[in-house]
Amino acid sequence: MSAASSSRIEMQGVSKSFGAGPNRAIALAEVDLDIEDAELVCLLGPSGCGKSTLLNIIAGFVPPTTGTILVGGRAVNGPGADRGVVFQEYVLFPWLTVAGNVEFGPALKGVEAAERRRIAARYLDLVGLTAHAEKYPGQLSGGMKQRVAIARALANGPAIILMDEPFGALDAQNREVLQDELARIQRTEKRTIVFVTHSIREAVYLADRVVVMTSAPGRIKEIVPIGLSAGRDRFSQKFTQYEAEISRLVKAEVAKVHE
Amino acid sequence: MNPAATRALALFGVLGLWAALSWGNALAQYMNPVLLPTPADVAQVAIDTVRSGELLRHVALSLLRVGQGFGVAAALAVALGILAALCMPLRLLAEPVVEFIRPIPPLAFLPIFLAWFGLGETSKVVFIGYATFFPMFVAISASVLRIDPMLLRAAASLGASRTDLVWRVILPAAMPGIVVALRLGFGLALFVIVAAEFIGADAGLGHFIMEGRTFFDPAQIVLGAVLLGALGSLINALLLAVERRFLRGRVAS
Repeated sequence: MSAASSSRIEMQGVSKSFGAGPNRAIALAEVDLDIEDAELVCLLGPSGCGKSTLLNIIAGFVPPTTGTILVGGRAVNGPGADRGVVFQEYVLFPWLTVAGNVEFGPALKGVEAAERRRIAARYLDLVGLTAHAEKYPGQLSGGMKQRVAIARALANGPAIILMDEPFGALDAQNREVLQDELARIQRTEKRTIVFVTHSIREAVYLADRVVVMTSAPGRIKEIVPIGLSAGRDRFSQKFTQYEAEISRLVKAEVAKVHE
Repeated sequence: MNPAATRALALFGVLGLWAALSWGNALAQYMNPVLLPTPADVAQVAIDTVRSGELLRHVALSLLRVGQGFGVAAALAVALGILAALCMPLRLLAEPVVEFIRPIPPLAFLPIFLAWFGLGETSKVVFIGYATFFPMFVAISASVLRIDPMLLRAAASLGASRTDLVWRVILPAAMPGIVVALRLGFGLALFVIVAAEFIGADAGLGHFIMEGRTFFDPAQIVLGAVLLGALGSLINALLLAVERRFLRGRVAS
């Protein structure tokens, strides 16, 4: 299952406001951002900076108030199989087994049963859940559920994967294990990934570029390219330098909100 | 204590209490023993009416009516319940009507059904359908409205069309609620068939009970009631088994 030829995401003047008149709240103001093929971009910022709203707009769950958004050169018009989504709350189908969840996308496309099983086996192996294929989501821990959700998104073969604070509900140990796994998977799978997080460490560990966002209204403050190679060391000097740099940017923002 | 044993104990306890009271009364002649039939009296009526084939005919007819009326109402309630939950204008139209009709005891409409459809099978089947439809419709619609919208988003981002969403997400996600609604509807169907057969039938368990009254045979009345209880709990157990099979492995997640 190969990714589509172009999965560039181009956003121009994308804004989102809720409500009308005096109650109008601007969640996102005038965002311009291009995301390249096979790039992993982290949207980082305090809560209320509109990073999840931006992700939902790319996913096609909510339309932007203004602006254009192109995926592979085509305008986004609702959700679609070309953009897989991994949610913070996992959102697995509780009536399907782990394998059934992973096969859901291929089943929609009419892929026949034997081939579906092969696909599911491959991606469950990738996330280390082969032994749990016949279990139901209710029988799994949070970390395992999120692995299933990642396998489900990958197995559908989207060129783009959108991840909305996917590890936010996990404990610190599980978080790092899953970050390691995602980094490893991305080395072989090479999808275009937009990853929303409020953890600076997580962003520096995973991202090719970190998009630092400001709040009220949400807009892009700065884009920091991370010049670290694969297999990053969370305790290296360079790593902590990036952490410090981004931390200063974010703190300035949080302070502004409290003024 | 073993739950199955506790249940059996409770049932035998009630049976024992009935036996003690009725046989005690038969000895002490506190009231006319005919009015308080013993388990043996009831068993005797059961044996007689099974031998004559009469009992089976009554049970079969009642079940047939319940099956037909409930079957049609259940199919309609599932289809329209889902439709109403998904389609806002339809829901707004249906809600006031349903809320007005629902508190009216279905029995209030029985005379008019008899006038419209006569004393034959149709009036009973339509009546059961009418009586069970609204509660099932409301419960099914509510269970569809309770579905986590994130499930729909997840499916849509995997490429699900609107039709896919209905068959592959909404129906399975609402299934626990639908099964509960169907169990409720079936219980109600058994409830109302008896009343319908009291008034407008020449066969069926309700008629069988009424016959016991006409010919002053309390044992026959008790037999009819006991049979209804047995049928109801048997079918409920069956539906529960189906439910468990359907929802296997599905713990809170």
